[in-house]
Amino acid sequence: MKAAEGNPGSLLVEMRGICKNFPGVQASDGVDLRLGKGEVLALLGENGAGKSTLMNILCGLYRPDDGEIRVRGKAAHISSPRDAAALGIGMVHQNFMLVESMTVLENVILGIASLPFVPDRAAIRKEILGISGRYNLEVDPDAFIWQLSVGVQQRVEILKLLYRKAEILILDEPTAVLTPGESKELNAIVRRMTDEGKSAVFITHKMEEVMTFSDRVMVLRKGKVVVEKRTADTDPQDLARLMVGREILFCIDKAPFEPGAAVLEMKGVRADDERGIPALDGIDLTIRAGEILGIAGVAGNGQRELAEVITGLRPVKAGSISINCADTTNHSPLSVIRSGVGHIPQDRMLVGAVGDMSVADNLAMKGYRGKALSAFGFIRIPRILAFARRKIEEFRISTPSPRTNVKFLSGGNIQKTILAREIDSCKCLLVAAYPSRGLDIGATEAIRKELVAQRDKGVAVLLVSEDLDELASVADTIAVFFDGRIMDTLPACDVDIEKIGLLMAGVGPGKEKPA
Amino acid sequence: MDFFTAILTATLRSGTSLVYATVGETYTERSGILNLGLEGMMMMGGTAAFIVAYYTNDLALGLMAAMAVGGLMAAVHAFLTVTMRANQVVSGLALTLFGTGFASFLGKRMGPADGINPYQLAGLSGPRFSPVPIPGLSGIPVLGALFRQDILTYALYLIIPLAWFYLYKTRNGLNLRAVGDDPQTADAMGVKVFSVKYLYTILGGMLVGLGGAHLSLSYTPGWSENITGGRGWIVIALVIFSMWNPSRAIWGALIFGGITALQLSLQAQETPINVPAPFLSMMPYLMTILVLVAITWWEALSKRVGAPASLGKSYMREEK
Amino acid sequence: MKLHFEKRKSPSGTVQVLVPVVSFLVSLLLTGLMLAAFKVDPVATYLAMYRGAFGSRTGFGYTLVKAIPLMLTGLGVSVAFKLRFWNIGAEGQLVMAGVGATWVAIFWSAWMPQSLLLPAALAMGCVFGALWAGIPAILKVTIKVDETLVTLMLNYVAILFSQFLYYGPWIDPKGQGFPGSAIFPEAAWLPKVFGPASMGIVFALILAVVLWIVMNRTKWGFELKVIGANPASARYQGIAVGRNIILGILLSGALCGLAGACEVTGIGHRLQEGLSLGYGYTAIIVAWMAVLNPLAVIPVAILMAGLLVGGDAVQMRMHLPKAMSLVLQGMILFPMLAGSLFTEYTVRRSHKAHTPATAKEGGA
Repeated sequence: MKAAEGNPGSLLVEMRGICKNFPGVQASDGVDLRLGKGEVLALLGENGAGKSTLMNILCGLYRPDDGEIRVRGKAAHISSPRDAAALGIGMVHQNFMLVESMTVLENVILGIASLPFVPDRAAIRKEILGISGRYNLEVDPDAFIWQLSVGVQQRVEILKLLYRKAEILILDEPTAVLTPGESKELNAIVRRMTDEGKSAVFITHKMEEVMTFSDRVMVLRKGKVVVEKRTADTDPQDLARLMVGREILFCIDKAPFEPGAAVLEMKGVRADDERGIPALDGIDLTIRAGEILGIAGVAGNGQRELAEVITGLRPVKAGSISINCADTTNHSPLSVIRSGVGHIPQDRMLVGAVGDMSVADNLAMKGYRGKALSAFGFIRIPRILAFARRKIEEFRISTPSPRTNVKFLSGGNIQKTILAREIDSCKCLLVAAYPSRGLDIGATEAIRKELVAQRDKGVAVLLVSEDLDELASVADTIAVFFDGRIMDTLPACDVDIEKIGLLMAGVGPGKEKPA
Repeated sequence: MDFFTAILTATLRSGTSLVYATVGETYTERSGILNLGLEGMMMMGGTAAFIVAYYTNDLALGLMAAMAVGGLMAAVHAFLTVTMRANQVVSGLALTLFGTGFASFLGKRMGPADGINPYQLAGLSGPRFSPVPIPGLSGIPVLGALFRQDILTYALYLIIPLAWFYLYKTRNGLNLRAVGDDPQTADAMGVKVFSVKYLYTILGGMLVGLGGAHLSLSYTPGWSENITGGRGWIVIALVIFSMWNPSRAIWGALIFGGITALQLSLQAQETPINVPAPFLSMMPYLMTILVLVAITWWEALSKRVGAPASLGKSYMREEK
Repeated sequence: MKLHFEKRKSPSGTVQVLVPVVSFLVSLLLTGLMLAAFKVDPVATYLAMYRGAFGSRTGFGYTLVKAIPLMLTGLGVSVAFKLRFWNIGAEGQLVMAGVGATWVAIFWSAWMPQSLLLPAALAMGCVFGALWAGIPAILKVTIKVDETLVTLMLNYVAILFSQFLYYGPWIDPKGQGFPGSAIFPEAAWLPKVFGPASMGIVFALILAVVLWIVMNRTKWGFELKVIGANPASARYQGIAVGRNIILGILLSGALCGLAGACEVTGIGHRLQEGLSLGYGYTAIIVAWMAVLNPLAVIPVAILMAGLLVGGDAVQMRMHLPKAMSLVLQGMILFPMLAGSLFTEYTVRRSHKAHTPATAKEGGA
């Protein structure tokens, strides 16, 4: 590994005292960052730590509320991606910015201000081939993006930056879409770039990447820098503890853990995500009645797909799922609902609630089929309204009236509406994905209490969360997700936080993956 | 002139207005905007061209009037759909209704006060573009038809390759295609999405107006109540048929124009028709549906072949 | 000063009601100015239109005649639009229904009891209309083909097909070569109930109420609402999205078909040129102005029909082309389209220019 030059003369980028506020959350709180020439810096942290915000500021997508940036020693005002590009800064995002119907060449030159009216394609092609040769970014300039695999598309994104003479490359969770072999290739590519004096920052939550790819690592937590060290001077245990930041977790009072029979059983489940990349890689999982199983892990490691395969919203490619000993693999959402499963989805407004319909309608959306709320094909509006009023009071949903459209409610109240509906309709299993994300303390408290109440009644609960406090206080058992597999399953009480941190970052048992 | 040359000549004359409008609408749709107001715009274009040419006796001014009117109507559509994010289908239909109605109104009011039918445009004889046969070339059998046309058609021989070149080989064409296929990415890469949509919707409208002008200043010539005869709707089909590629516009126009020419000539000669005329006319529409299904199916299998992906959808920048 | 749109924080029901009303007034104003520019008295024109359409019993009768197909197609189009399915094929569905009704009326009369002939013809019209709409619906649900263009193309196929029939195999043997099918037996004539207006008005009124009940008071209507508002959410709630869209569009086609069946059995009593005078397209305006509410479709359809009849009257009296009505109809839509944005958004000044962010999963 190349040691970084500590000498300020070779500092490429310096960020000082960066602050960025979003409504309700301080994403960056006085962050300092230094990046030298020819070095690779890793930004490590959990969800919400502030890594992406910081880099989005550097590459011109956000503007900081406070602080200053210096590039190559001179003060810089970066107010758009174009400004950043002019300074030689470019970012490869998790969601690629590529027009699928156009070729590699066309995507590379799209948006370049100095492009002539009739671009000289032959010359551009030559230059692209030159760059790809130099850095081992094998790509056919005339291939259409839709023909390329995701790993190759990432190379195109890197090519875009190099073509624009970027000196500082920022990579956001780059190996999320790569196979282990491709990850190694990416490492080699980045090394060649740093050999030439270019620098790279990559955002990650994976320990192995930090240890093998980077020269220096900076750990962020809740918008602040926790530590900044040379990678050689630290180790995964140390970093994991710093990343997660808690020494001891307390258990909250709840009824003693007396689980019943198995409710949900998953065996060897495999599934792909939207892009066709494997998202679940052989999941074996059991939840018993009266148990809350918490799923820990950085978002994007298969949690969404887990919730979707259980509730019938995503096809399973291999393996089986059964609820109360009846097979439900690849059943329709309606069939799964009828099996007594409630689902609080990750996308509140896109999926969980219909914004243009009223609170009462949203509350009735699972139950309208039943005898309580409908008869002979007609929905019984007085009953629906009565039901809604009951639920509004029971769950303390703050709304001007049951007839108000849900989109006008605050996030917390929308979530309470969804919660009320799902709890009412679920009989044996409740799947909750990030239920308290983005909510204030009051709403969060209410939701956690409800989940525990259901568990005390004998319902099996699957709780996916990025908040370790929540998992520790609410869950009975915690399973850690990484890269589509369960790293390990531990009892929640007195759990070793360092261990969880390591597991979340990919270090631990169950990590065997064929190259 | 033998039969085939005659048919081809008539086809090209009939198809010229279609090609202008198809190229125009192709550009509009490439920016992601669907404009169903073509029938009204062609009517207005033809009407405006005739009125101006008649009173000023200047064909060039007539053409400019047609472009101005087409561009103006397209600008209204652009404003409603791009800035106000209104439903594109309804906005286009509104333009068609308004355009056909207003054109008809003008036709009954803008004629000279004296004469047999005061204020009527119908029946008037105005300046026109006459076919200008190119000596030598126009004598060739069959293909000679290409050289017996008026200058608006000749202009197409230049416009089509230019339109193709502009779309596929220039920086502006690249930006346009990006906006239509993936406005989010185009925006992120620094392309001014709103400006592009406005520009090409209006430009497209100008060409559509020109198409209408060809009808009143060359093809018919003159003004009549139903001068476009549904051509505006046919153009929508032609754009799909040519898969949003301006160089293919000519084929669609030939097919539609050819069928019209064939029908007219068969009627004129009173030959017993083997294939019933309506079935013949139906073919282009059925074929267009088949093309659309094929494109979409192919797209589902292998991603991205034909329609600009954002066609018909409003673009809203995500705020963060 | 930079302006940008911001989503409203509280509902704006007032704007929703105001928009169609204000649009109508604005269109009257703009068209009036246009008339004045051509030295025509706008007030006199509007009065003449009103008198022609609503001023007398006969006039109102003719207005109703034109309103019936607008009501039925308006209902059909609003069902489709509620599902966010842009059915511009109402014209074609209407015509194919005419074909279907003609088929029964002429060719089934030999063996069918006469009392059943009319109901059968009307029913067959609905079936043909439904099937014609079913084609783009199935294409959309299975292969995701865009319905806007398919329905539009099918309009032409339908019109040309019907032309083929009444110029060719179905031409009236007693018609001396003029295009048009044979005249239906009287048993298949739709009776008139109010002046020249046929029973279609009764159907329309009943169906408007029934449709309102179905959309707002039944389980199925509830499901359709959810699908139209948020198909992803509908799927998550266990609603069978594809199947319900197809059923909904079949209903839409059947309603438009009923319009065609009523036209063909009620007016002219044969299949001929001019079965539809662009009703399918006007229906879209009707549905839009009625904000997709079945009950509102009735008065709006009468208003639109009044414009058409008024235009005829004005043509005779004041030598203005009846195309005036088209201008007015088009004019109504522009302010409506512009105004619809204001129910959802309000205009604010920007302080800092917001830059776009790429959405992504994972941490901030």
